[in-house]
Amino acid sequence: MAFGAQPLTLPTWRSRWAGTIPGLAVIALLLAVLAAGLWALLSVATPARTLRLDAYVGGVVAFSLLQGTLSAVLSVGLAVPVARALFRRGDFPLRTLLVRLMGLPMVVPTIVGVIAIVVLFGRQGWLNQAWGALGLGGRIDIYGLHGILLAHLFFNLPFAARLILSGLATIPQAQWRQASQLGLSGWQVLRWIEYPVLREVIPGILGIVFLLCFTSFAIVLALGGGPPNATLEVAIYQALRFEFDVTRAALLAGIQLLLCLGAYAAILALGRPVESDLAATAAVRRPDADAITARIVDTVAIGLALLLLLGPLLALASRIAGGPLVDVLASGDLWAATARSLAVGTAAGLLSLVAGWGILTAARALRQVHGRPGLARAAELAGSMILVVPPMVLGAGLFLAVRGWIDPFAAGLLLVVLVNAGMGLPFMIRILGPALDRAGRRYGRLSESLGLRRWHRLVYADWPEVRASAGLALALVICLSFGDFGVIALFGSSDTATLPFLLYERMGAYRMDEAAVIAGWLLALCVLLFVAVERLVGGRERA
Amino acid sequence: MSKRTTTALTSAALLATTGLAAAPAVAADLTIYTYSSFVSEWGPGPAIEGGFEQRCGCDIEFVSADDGVAILSRLRLEGASSPADVVLGLDTNLIAEAVAEGVVVPHGLDTGGYDLPVAWTDPHFVPFDWGYFAFVYDTQAIAEPPGSLRALVEDSEAEILIQDPRTSTPGLGLLLWMRAVFGDEAEAMWAELAPRIVTVTSGWSEAYGLFLEGEAPMVLSYTTSPAYHRIAEDTDRYEAAVFEEGHYLQIEVAGIAATADDVDLAREFLAYLTGPEAQSAIPTTNWMYPVVMPEGGLPDGFDAPPETPSLLMEPETVRDNRGIWVDEWLSALSR
Amino acid sequence: MNAPEPRDGREGVTLQGVRYSYEAMQMVFDLRLAAGSVTAVLGPSGAGKSTLLNLVAGFDRPDAGTIAILGRDMAGVPPGARPVTSVFQEGNLFPHLPVWRNVALGITRRRRLGPEESRRLDEALSRVGLTALRQRLPSELSGGERQRVALARALVRQRPVLLLDEPFAALDPGLRARMLDLVFALQAERDLTVLLVSHQPGELMGRGIDVIFLDEGEVLYHGPMAALRRSAAAPAVARYLGD
Repeated sequence: MAFGAQPLTLPTWRSRWAGTIPGLAVIALLLAVLAAGLWALLSVATPARTLRLDAYVGGVVAFSLLQGTLSAVLSVGLAVPVARALFRRGDFPLRTLLVRLMGLPMVVPTIVGVIAIVVLFGRQGWLNQAWGALGLGGRIDIYGLHGILLAHLFFNLPFAARLILSGLATIPQAQWRQASQLGLSGWQVLRWIEYPVLREVIPGILGIVFLLCFTSFAIVLALGGGPPNATLEVAIYQALRFEFDVTRAALLAGIQLLLCLGAYAAILALGRPVESDLAATAAVRRPDADAITARIVDTVAIGLALLLLLGPLLALASRIAGGPLVDVLASGDLWAATARSLAVGTAAGLLSLVAGWGILTAARALRQVHGRPGLARAAELAGSMILVVPPMVLGAGLFLAVRGWIDPFAAGLLLVVLVNAGMGLPFMIRILGPALDRAGRRYGRLSESLGLRRWHRLVYADWPEVRASAGLALALVICLSFGDFGVIALFGSSDTATLPFLLYERMGAYRMDEAAVIAGWLLALCVLLFVAVERLVGGRERA
Repeated sequence: MSKRTTTALTSAALLATTGLAAAPAVAADLTIYTYSSFVSEWGPGPAIEGGFEQRCGCDIEFVSADDGVAILSRLRLEGASSPADVVLGLDTNLIAEAVAEGVVVPHGLDTGGYDLPVAWTDPHFVPFDWGYFAFVYDTQAIAEPPGSLRALVEDSEAEILIQDPRTSTPGLGLLLWMRAVFGDEAEAMWAELAPRIVTVTSGWSEAYGLFLEGEAPMVLSYTTSPAYHRIAEDTDRYEAAVFEEGHYLQIEVAGIAATADDVDLAREFLAYLTGPEAQSAIPTTNWMYPVVMPEGGLPDGFDAPPETPSLLMEPETVRDNRGIWVDEWLSALSR
Repeated sequence: MNAPEPRDGREGVTLQGVRYSYEAMQMVFDLRLAAGSVTAVLGPSGAGKSTLLNLVAGFDRPDAGTIAILGRDMAGVPPGARPVTSVFQEGNLFPHLPVWRNVALGITRRRRLGPEESRRLDEALSRVGLTALRQRLPSELSGGERQRVALARALVRQRPVLLLDEPFAALDPGLRARMLDLVFALQAERDLTVLLVSHQPGELMGRGIDVIFLDEGEVLYHGPMAALRRSAAAPAVARYLGD
């Protein structure tokens, strides 16, 4: 027996908890950064004005809640017929394409979406010109609540529709066969088969969309139209950048934090809808699909959805086609901004991946090895903490914290990377988490019995299983960070401009033609980046 | 394995680029903080930069903020590590505040001999142009403009574009103008005006751009703005409405930043700025009145200032009340 | 409970005063398995068979008591360091590594093998008859072939205790029988101590092995297989076997 050479005993604590240390370290770091940011903000607060809850603050809160609720209700409400239509038209030839297309707004940077909407719906946009040509009076007012709602619809209706579609796809085949057998009409199907599922799924979706719209920044900044139409995020940004009124910013931040926590808790309670692979949704034979009314309703719904989805983008494309393409693409500013955006996006994505991996492996160890699912959940929640902290506040706080040591506006880009990496964590956790869990369940014991530790475990057991999900998550975070217009607005300047910032500057100077070209460039790069990263990192097999 | 190495190398390279991209550019000899329309291609910036660089044999760099007030905010944000050498683009309304916060140091230049409606004695700032705020309107959209500020608020139905007083000196100017004319009634007047405000922009150029695109028939600008369209575009389409209560006076100023590396060079720049060469460029690039009248006077098409009263508040009054008045403005608009 | 005396006095696997609670069940184990013995673990679903193996392997930690293997206390020893090889029902192989690499992981984590290590690898592969398939990926193998790879890895590891958790349940009966023969052959060659969880008591009869019968976390019988039906646990056994 050639066994004597193996060491038999190792210190207990090291072997047991070693797997969780990197993750816990990441979480501790995260919380430390959050705390440092918030503390810096509070400690610098000058007594510029008393902490008044005056009409302005009240107005901002009211408007945030109003536009958030309206956006959510409209987006989800209008998404229901679209989702139902897509679900019902199982034999629609372009169905898979359409469903994939619904994922497009996720990749479109908010600021690009904004300018696309302005080009289409703005006073000088297509629609109003067509309206005027038809001799009809009045026009759509893009600045203000209407514009904000339109933009939110563009981004969130497809998203909500996909989630609802996922929900509908969970209805067991048996129910559809029953319905066929009984020859149910459209209304009956809706009431007895679809409604129970919808009722379960929609509150959660409403919650998520509400949170997204409530914390909306770029859209409200560009289309808000003035102080009365500002969300809390925008108000914080304006308080800091315009007046450096840290007290007011802190007050607004506190309110935002509380409200977000509440919304997030509500979402957790309502249950999160899961997005499954929609392309694989099998078409179901439905008894109500052939009725004339059904066909009409579905066609209208899908038609309008396509219009909403593609209209702004087509308008943008046409504006670009007639624009100063060569001038803009040849400008040094553009290339410098592109390089910066690439650097920031990649850095943020990689940082997010590493941090997320640490947290998730720690959570997995807690769940599968130590049998503490509660702690595991807590760890994942901590990683998603950023969802309730306003990025504007975090960015400002960190800025203040480091301002004594580093040149502030140069450090600005580094801080953007940090904040974006944090914002990417919830995506990492949501996409990478289940994959890592799966890998752990499948090969966890095998790895343990072979004594595979961190690096080897990563290479042999985890990465091959997780690769596709990691590719998707990384691509998503890089893309989001690449096209993000949030914290950069706070301390961006012409020297440190990223592409979205450059775009916003052009919009501000009302050089719309140039802005359109930059928007097209930004969008094209975003899509390219997404596909490239997903392929390179994720490999050929689909998640 | 090579694919993995490639990915690793690419990532490392990209990360390194962040560092490079984040690093500040090589510092110029003189860093001037100003507002964006000053440094645009059609603004005074390029001419002044070229002229001064020739004189001093040095390198100037402009750093732009949205508008005047934003410059002050940015300096506050940056604190002692700011790279600013010259602060250009505040106006008289902000002088007291800037001095109180120690943002500038005395310039030490002789301030007699400026062609201004008021005498200039401030030791911290030098003026470089001036003008009167006015609402500029599209004659094709409005046949009869309001004749007073009160008429604008109470009688007119025209929609307007204005700037945010928290970032923009015209925006702040309008705030003070309303105060000067209406006193304590100002908040109520703002509330009445609010529904007709199409949008509040953060800078002058954005608002004016929207106006030219037809988003609204009236915009807050200067009495001298129509001169641009007359001279450069040969059109009389845009006019400034003259208000009988008077127009608020804006004198734009420049000063030496407290964080300046080379105070002498900064002072040299200020002297150049108020000298005949730079001043002769001002009327047709910044479309304001110069503080040193060029030989040959103003170009044709440049109107003389309106003959209504000239309104101006003491900088100290502005400093003490700006915060409160801005809050009232915010509240009035939020109702 | 009849704990047999170790055949030749050598201690194989010993559980002393081991307690483990799993959901509502409290399990108690006091067992002594002789070195070189083959013991089957039988019992209804949820009786704790896999748990027993997990405790011995080190995947679970007992609430109380000691586990000793070959006379050494295993407290605090992680699974990778124990003188144990586990073979599961599935998931024994890494899907992206070829057969030889999967087996080689039992020898070393490094990429390259030294001459001695290569020899051990080749030997193990030929013993289970997989030499021709060494470059294949697990997805290209049949169920039986995959389990043979797992056995090959157990061989190269040269650990004295082999734990099998229903490894052949997914295979056809004929194949199962042949795999069992292989296991028994290996056991005889290497003098391994084997614990085997199975749901097919029939095919284990007549091999002269011991059996542990578990029901609801309790060891009802531990002794020779032949005496199982006559033992005090007979009623439970009868229920289990469906007589």
